[in-house]
Amino acid sequence: MAVPKICGIETEFGIIVRGGGESNPITASSVLINAYVQELVRTGQAARTAPRVGWDFEDEMPHVDARGTTPGDARPPEVETHLVNAVLTNGARYYVDHAHPECSTPECADAREVVVWDRAAEEILRRSMAAAASMLGPGEEIVVHKNNSDGKGNSYGCHENYLLAREVPFGRIVRQITPFFVTRQVFTGAGKVGVEAPGLTSAEVPYQLSQRADFFEEEVGLETTLKRPIVNTRDEPHADAQKYRRLHVIVGDANMSEVATYLKVGTTAIVLAMIEDDELGLDLTPTAPVAALRQVSYDVGLRRPLELVAGTTMTALDIQWEYFDRARKYAQSRGLECVGEEVGADVLARWEVVLSALETDPERAADVVDWVAKRRLLEGYRERHGLEWGDPRLAAIGLQYHDLRRDRCLAARAGLQTLIDPAEADHAVSNPPTTTRAYFRGRCLQKWPESIVAANWDSLVFDVGGDPLRRVPMMEPSRGTAEHVGTLIDECDTAAELLDRLGS
Amino acid sequence: MAEREQKRKTAPERESETVEEVLTTSESGEKIKAELDDLLDEIDDVLEQNAEDFVKSYIQKGGE
Repeated sequence: MAVPKICGIETEFGIIVRGGGESNPITASSVLINAYVQELVRTGQAARTAPRVGWDFEDEMPHVDARGTTPGDARPPEVETHLVNAVLTNGARYYVDHAHPECSTPECADAREVVVWDRAAEEILRRSMAAAASMLGPGEEIVVHKNNSDGKGNSYGCHENYLLAREVPFGRIVRQITPFFVTRQVFTGAGKVGVEAPGLTSAEVPYQLSQRADFFEEEVGLETTLKRPIVNTRDEPHADAQKYRRLHVIVGDANMSEVATYLKVGTTAIVLAMIEDDELGLDLTPTAPVAALRQVSYDVGLRRPLELVAGTTMTALDIQWEYFDRARKYAQSRGLECVGEEVGADVLARWEVVLSALETDPERAADVVDWVAKRRLLEGYRERHGLEWGDPRLAAIGLQYHDLRRDRCLAARAGLQTLIDPAEADHAVSNPPTTTRAYFRGRCLQKWPESIVAANWDSLVFDVGGDPLRRVPMMEPSRGTAEHVGTLIDECDTAAELLDRLGS
Repeated sequence: MAEREQKRKTAPERESETVEEVLTTSESGEKIKAELDDLLDEIDDVLEQNAEDFVKSYIQKGGE
């Protein structure tokens, strides 16, 4: 039986400084995050004594490859140990990564929770911009975008993470998830004006489905910053490695549409559950997956067939329909407990609606699919002002769609459906999910921040004075929930008491 | 193309949903156009004043 599909999203945000100030993005990112943390301290929402919790890097192993070896010529990503990073009371991690502010949601039980905490991450970035304003010079402003490309050949990611059983052969995962990743862009793509792949001009590709497709060059691999692979092999489960894998997915776009985020995570979780249970029985491998990824992105008409190794051809939509049909059968025969029965059923229903809409007339998906919503704005603006695709105003719309400032964000005005109440996201800025180990982390940080020295995804390290430091392992992502530890945490006055009662 | 037709025969629920989605009236078409006009008005208001400078100066470092 598939393990619970505990999942989360980590988003690298675009950052600029307007008004001629410090334009070093590492500095700007640090200012941004520090401003937020200082604001928490100032308003009594974070430690009176210890303002920030450092990340304990003892267990970080980003160079371990799921295929079993580290190829000699792969350059493993560096673990940045000395830049700003914070662990927040909602269980999230907020830090500087490769010159971008990055926020990683806490571990969520299902796709709906991911939407809530992803929206909370956006709110955290907004509050950070506001807090940073007082630290900048007159006329200076830090502006954050939730996007993946600057239009000049630089890309940064929105990564998803999914818990899987260790025993699933990695080869099966690669084979069966690749066609899904190549084609899910039809509803997950955030849209991009122009093209950034070598040898192509924006005259040839004025608009495409995905922000990220141009930057992928390999089918499988460990890299994340160059020669990016469709399937990333990073094997760093941050959990009991005998029991679990974490699939680290780098190929997706950051979505502004809540329903798009929901579908991106929800459908992928279901497909991974099917792979885990070996229920997929599909081999829709394209003959050239990287070329296929680009082709799907450039094909805004959604009509071009892909060549498959099996000798047939299928369109991206047809491939998605195959995955959907299998998913519906799987739901009927095995149930969707591992992704949440209710959320799973809702994801299936919405997946069907969006595929039907895209098949009939993509415009019908303008309230759900970011690339369609964005294109609607662009085409409308083009027509109104008689512009050619190369006009900078269109590229500006493409960027401003992702601007997180409420008074500027075009996605917020595009008529997108919402899934959650904004109050849920506000609550999630400071509070963790109740359903995973993020609850234990978040509650302990809320209640005893001055006693927590360091935090990892899979442990908390306490300093209760006098004793040596005490490490509480959290190797099981599904333990440490409100049900397991809520009452215990409520009842303990001090961290020392908690540690005693935990028996460690 | 034969593959696609075959799919339609074996997925009747999907077909009926598709048919429902296709039903539009000229009234809702007008409404959609009016909404788009309002939207474009808003974009005119909030869009970056100097689009060319903004787009040219929007540069990021490569990330993951």
